[in-house]
Amino acid sequence: MNLNINGSTHTVQADANTPLIYVLRNDCDLKGTRFGCGAAQCGSCHVLIDGVSVPSCDTPLWAAEGKAVTTVEGLSQSGELSALQQAFVDEQAAQCGYCISGMLISATELLQKNQQPTEADVRTALDKHLCRCGSHNRIVRAVLRIVSGAASKAAV
Amino acid sequence: MTTTASTVLPGSLNANRRLSQWLAINADGTVTVRTGKVELGQGIATALAQIVCDELGVVAPRIRMVAASTATSPNEGVTAGSMSVHDSGGALRQVCAEARAIYLQAAATRFNLSDSEAALLTVRDGSIQTSNGEPISSYWALADDALLDGETTGLAVPGGVTSTAALQRLDIPDKVTGRPRFVHDMMLPGMLFGCVLHPPSPGATLLGVDLAIVDALPGVVATVRDGSFLGVVASDEYAAVKALAKLAVLAKWQEPETLPDMNDLPAFLRAQLHDTMLVGEKKSETPLGESKQFQASYSRPFIAHASAAPSCAVARYSADLLEVWTHSQGIFNLRADLTVMFGMPENQVSVQHAEGAGSYGHNGADDAACDAALLARAVPGRAVRVQWTREDELSQAPFGAAMAVDIKAEVSSDGRITDWQHDVWSNGHSMRPGRSKTPVLLAAAHLAKPYEKQVAINMPLAGGGGSERNSVPTYDFAAWRATSHRCLSMPIRTSSLRSLGAHCNVFASESFVDEIATGLGADPLEFRLRHLTDPRAKDVLNAAASMADWHNLRSTKIEGRGVGIAFARYKNTGAWCAVVALIDAGHELRVKNLWIAVDVGRAVHLDGIVNQIEGGAIQAVSWTLKEAAQFDRTRITSNTWETYPILRFSEVPAVQVKVIDRPEQKSVGAGEATNGPVSAAIANAVFNALDVRVRHMPFTMEAITKAALAEEHS
Repeated sequence: MNLNINGSTHTVQADANTPLIYVLRNDCDLKGTRFGCGAAQCGSCHVLIDGVSVPSCDTPLWAAEGKAVTTVEGLSQSGELSALQQAFVDEQAAQCGYCISGMLISATELLQKNQQPTEADVRTALDKHLCRCGSHNRIVRAVLRIVSGAASKAAV
Repeated sequence: MTTTASTVLPGSLNANRRLSQWLAINADGTVTVRTGKVELGQGIATALAQIVCDELGVVAPRIRMVAASTATSPNEGVTAGSMSVHDSGGALRQVCAEARAIYLQAAATRFNLSDSEAALLTVRDGSIQTSNGEPISSYWALADDALLDGETTGLAVPGGVTSTAALQRLDIPDKVTGRPRFVHDMMLPGMLFGCVLHPPSPGATLLGVDLAIVDALPGVVATVRDGSFLGVVASDEYAAVKALAKLAVLAKWQEPETLPDMNDLPAFLRAQLHDTMLVGEKKSETPLGESKQFQASYSRPFIAHASAAPSCAVARYSADLLEVWTHSQGIFNLRADLTVMFGMPENQVSVQHAEGAGSYGHNGADDAACDAALLARAVPGRAVRVQWTREDELSQAPFGAAMAVDIKAEVSSDGRITDWQHDVWSNGHSMRPGRSKTPVLLAAAHLAKPYEKQVAINMPLAGGGGSERNSVPTYDFAAWRATSHRCLSMPIRTSSLRSLGAHCNVFASESFVDEIATGLGADPLEFRLRHLTDPRAKDVLNAAASMADWHNLRSTKIEGRGVGIAFARYKNTGAWCAVVALIDAGHELRVKNLWIAVDVGRAVHLDGIVNQIEGGAIQAVSWTLKEAAQFDRTRITSNTWETYPILRFSEVPAVQVKVIDRPEQKSVGAGEATNGPVSAAIANAVFNALDVRVRHMPFTMEAITKAALAEEHS
């Protein structure tokens, strides 16, 4: 089966019902997509499929075939961090960082749809993502940091 | 010159005195740092790197932090109790100060400098300079392992180099780009994937399973049954996951009813046989005058670690070497249990740390490592990676112990607490591996030749205690007594979870202080200050109150809005922390704001401290509002994120943190200081909003209604 991941074509030998996450991590060696629950309840394995943030643990391979899959590794271009990734570094927006990949994916989706999100928009977009370390407010600040003029609006 | 064994050296240096155990200066311009403490997502590697940069006088890109390993690292025991900056930081600060002096001396010798010239040498990013700034040599040019191949003299005086710029976390760039970093991401040549079917309830035994059916599944390499321990190894991860699902269908279990009534945990805790211990007491020298009595009881349920990632480990076994990669907080402790279970000497068991998701105590990491080792033994020479399921993570890992606290107080007619009696009822808060002769790893009790199930203990109070942590009042009461009742049966496995007993003890005592203050019509802030002489305690209380504009918030009544304050000195010997919480108790309880003032002594890595304080506080809000392990009489039933919900983005309060830096004071940890004060501040704010005293966590609307009804009836 051919998959289009981060702009490259990957040919994989796997059952069409295999959850995408296992293929990304083990066949394509893209470890940035993290397994959290296997039941689409925590957000840590999200990837973009044709621009939509979805849990890869709950996406069978056949549903990704012929579509553009973007993982966290695909957010940076030729080694340069994306503005969003850089904002996470600047805000030191992580503790353990296990949940960060999924949040970067959903925040990227949000910013593609809405270039001027409010703090409430960001929290709504990330509400399906769980963070156990309590880094939420830093993560919200990181997303708002790249929204022009929004830094001063962040009440957190 | 060497130190004598009786010289007490800073932190873990005392037990690991050879400089080269900690540090190597390399000719390639790098510095290798070995610590026995492990990165749990708390940023300790960065805080320690900061200390090395500051003391040695080098920039961060030169630092190579080596992951802790039983083979090469100083043995620093467990990474826990907010002790890492003290233990490892204290040692590294001393080691680096001494290494710097040794290298300056080496430069002086090589260039035949006089003593007075040598005394003026300085270091700038490893370059050794004379008093007029002329570089004459460098660490790298002089690099020689022999220079650090001796025991510390303990004589060097840290602080010789001006502090370098605050470091950003070393690991975050990898984490925002998705580079492999976690043990979950490890791939060893020929690695196989394993899954373990844990018994479905704590008392379950395996009656039977037809392994031939699983052995015949595609991709399955081996199945393992040893008593009630059941696992499968497959060539790829999805094959292992499918085989696990098949095993779950095929396995037949006997499941006795061993669990208590979830809805009355305080009664269960009080009804057990106990090991009762007087934690401490102070008797009044003057007789009590006329006084008013107060008493109340508080509790918390069993709380799950609920780490973002399921526990995971990689193991490889041969007849004379067991290698394990784990996110355990105590690699040496884990090795001790594995040597017993596998009948191998210490030098044939190698345990290496690899990062996992955030860890807040003794979670499933060690158990998963044991699972991986047991499966690896079935396929000698092949590495096996075992990743637990989410269900396992929420139901098989040890829990933070349920607790009940009873407090009684006498209050004099002039409004001072004159006597305070604190009783805490709980399972022990420590069941880490390596502390008794009997392995405590989950699988140990499931084997055909099982190890007897152990009951959690409490560490001695000198090491911070467990159930009794913070049962001793922080205030200056004329008389007090604290008593701990540790349950001797343990139907639900408990071990250390962030702040251990301090969470519920502080919640109870700081709620109770508030009950007395409001009962007397006193301002809760003023009432606390009335009972404190410690200036650092007063400073954090006043700072938090000032940030929150306490008096204004308390005097401006808005329906449904409440504001509460709480304070504790963690472990009575650690960080001072005061919290003001603002809540909205409309149709649901929301924590809107937390203002937190903390004093951790010398602030080594300011943003790291703030991050830990924020994180601990938000986690405590989650515990307080939402979290309780659910179970029936056989099984833990809260094994998904739906049945064990935690705080979400839309529910997280704004958190403002003030760190009172005390550069002249020793550093203490920050990670656990907020848990108790946050829970109490919320309870006190709920009372301020609703005139309802919630004494049992979590504060669901159902619990608040129950508390209101109970007050009406009393």
